[in-house]
Amino acid sequence: MSNNRNISVALWTLTTKEIRRFLRIWIQTLVPPAVTMSLYFVIFGSLIGPRIGTMDGFDYIQFMIPGLIMMSVITNSYANVVSSFYSVKFQRSIEELLISPMPNWTILLGFVLGGVCRGCLIGFIVFGVSLLFYPDFTVVNPLLTLTVLFLTSILFSLMGFINAVFADSFDDISVIPTFVLTPLIYLGGVFYSINILPDFWRAVSMANPMLYVVNTFRAGMLGVSDVSIGFALGMILAFIGLLTGSCLYLLGKGTGIRQ
Amino acid sequence: MAYALEISDLKKTYPGGTEALKGISFAVEEGDFYALLGPNGAGKSSTIGIIGSLVTKTAGKVKIFGIDVDEDLALAKTMLGVVSQEINFSGFEKVIDIVVTQAGFYGIPKSIALPKVEKMLKRLSLWDKRNDQARTLSGGYKRRVMIAKALIHEPKLLILDEPTAGVDIELRREMWTFLKEINENGTTIILTTHYLEEAEQLCRNIGIIDGGLIVENTSMRNLLSRLNVQGFVFDLESPLDETPEIEGFPLKLEDPLTLVVAVNKERSINALFAELSSLGIKVNSMRNESNRLEELFIEMVKK
Repeated sequence: MSNNRNISVALWTLTTKEIRRFLRIWIQTLVPPAVTMSLYFVIFGSLIGPRIGTMDGFDYIQFMIPGLIMMSVITNSYANVVSSFYSVKFQRSIEELLISPMPNWTILLGFVLGGVCRGCLIGFIVFGVSLLFYPDFTVVNPLLTLTVLFLTSILFSLMGFINAVFADSFDDISVIPTFVLTPLIYLGGVFYSINILPDFWRAVSMANPMLYVVNTFRAGMLGVSDVSIGFALGMILAFIGLLTGSCLYLLGKGTGIRQ
Repeated sequence: MAYALEISDLKKTYPGGTEALKGISFAVEEGDFYALLGPNGAGKSSTIGIIGSLVTKTAGKVKIFGIDVDEDLALAKTMLGVVSQEINFSGFEKVIDIVVTQAGFYGIPKSIALPKVEKMLKRLSLWDKRNDQARTLSGGYKRRVMIAKALIHEPKLLILDEPTAGVDIELRREMWTFLKEINENGTTIILTTHYLEEAEQLCRNIGIIDGGLIVENTSMRNLLSRLNVQGFVFDLESPLDETPEIEGFPLKLEDPLTLVVAVNKERSINALFAELSSLGIKVNSMRNESNRLEELFIEMVKK
């Protein structure tokens, strides 16, 4: 496949296939985050939140909204790619792609765009749900907010892709989200500012990559952050570059997909 | 001579040390209908996997219509269609979506693909099932979807890895007709199959692979001419009590109405009919005792 038009048709085909896939099973992909986040807002925002008071000068529920949106975006963009790519391996429909003349970067981009679409869509859904509980919420810096939303979806879609490449069973695609992603997200400042932590745990938290993602997003939505925005964006971009290179290397080598 | 496929010194060693291909070389002429046969584990699927870039080769060259896959894999792939042994599409998608999507992977936009898909699905008797989820189809229909997928970008070389495995005889014969038709229209076809009758019916040339080596590569006619003896089964008009004796033709009475004979290719079968007539034995019909190719195949892979 040498001409750009053919490649763009192939990319469009794969991307729309990926979007169709998660929309077809919307009850499994779009509804659960809305329900789960509603519960978070009810319990931690409306019931427990007023007893906590303010966090970094904001109502607790207001402080929590960016963190919960980011948590949903991370888990959904990751889950979309890891489950979709592992499924095509499992069902052997990966052969449809490997036999076709699509370049490897198109295959990677198609899956990542699928993850980005789901991640961003979930982000908007959870934001919509949050407005039901805190209608006065206003986004301080929409451009930064949308940029971080987009970059985070890309980053975690790439991570999901690598997980799927190495996965040999359905267990393998749930281990990382359950035992690595979720703890890091919870300890990455979704529910609290690291300024309330003792010095030691504050220093430990600085090594958690989720902290930078969550705080940069919070900076876009609320205008406050525990970390430097420039540094955090730089780190996100650097990781995207590194993971893209790794994914293309694995695809080129045929790891997990070619015998 | 123009070749659709040229394979030279192809080797494949899997992680763990299994040597599936030990340096095979063969070529398939443009327009040919070629059978690649071999027992289980002989290396057929590894060969097809390497051609379709599903398996990474350890060494050797593969050229598709003169294009070295190491130099321009994408271009080589546009000329190739592969029907894999295992079903390899998502069962949760509609038949029509599966084929349209496959066309898209080859750069064919949906608007152009749709009329082609309609024609293909109608030709393969799948049009009525176009909106069915693929997982609800029977095994035979799933095989047809595989063929539709492999042909939608109009490849010049079609490779079928046991396309009729598990398919009933009626559908198998329908597929044979379809494959003969596309071969006559110019598509080169390489077929692997365990049904040797299928290879004998369809293919002009044949390669036999065993233990990772090509043990035979010749025309079907040449191969079959090596058979010295051929068995025939006669269905008799009237029952016989005992086996008749005719010099030069060893006969065996399977049952009172079925006579089996092994005829040396040096002998004329007319002489046998004359002898049977003189004994008052009338033959209603005649058929081959067993598949001729099967006998040769077993002989070759036993060596």
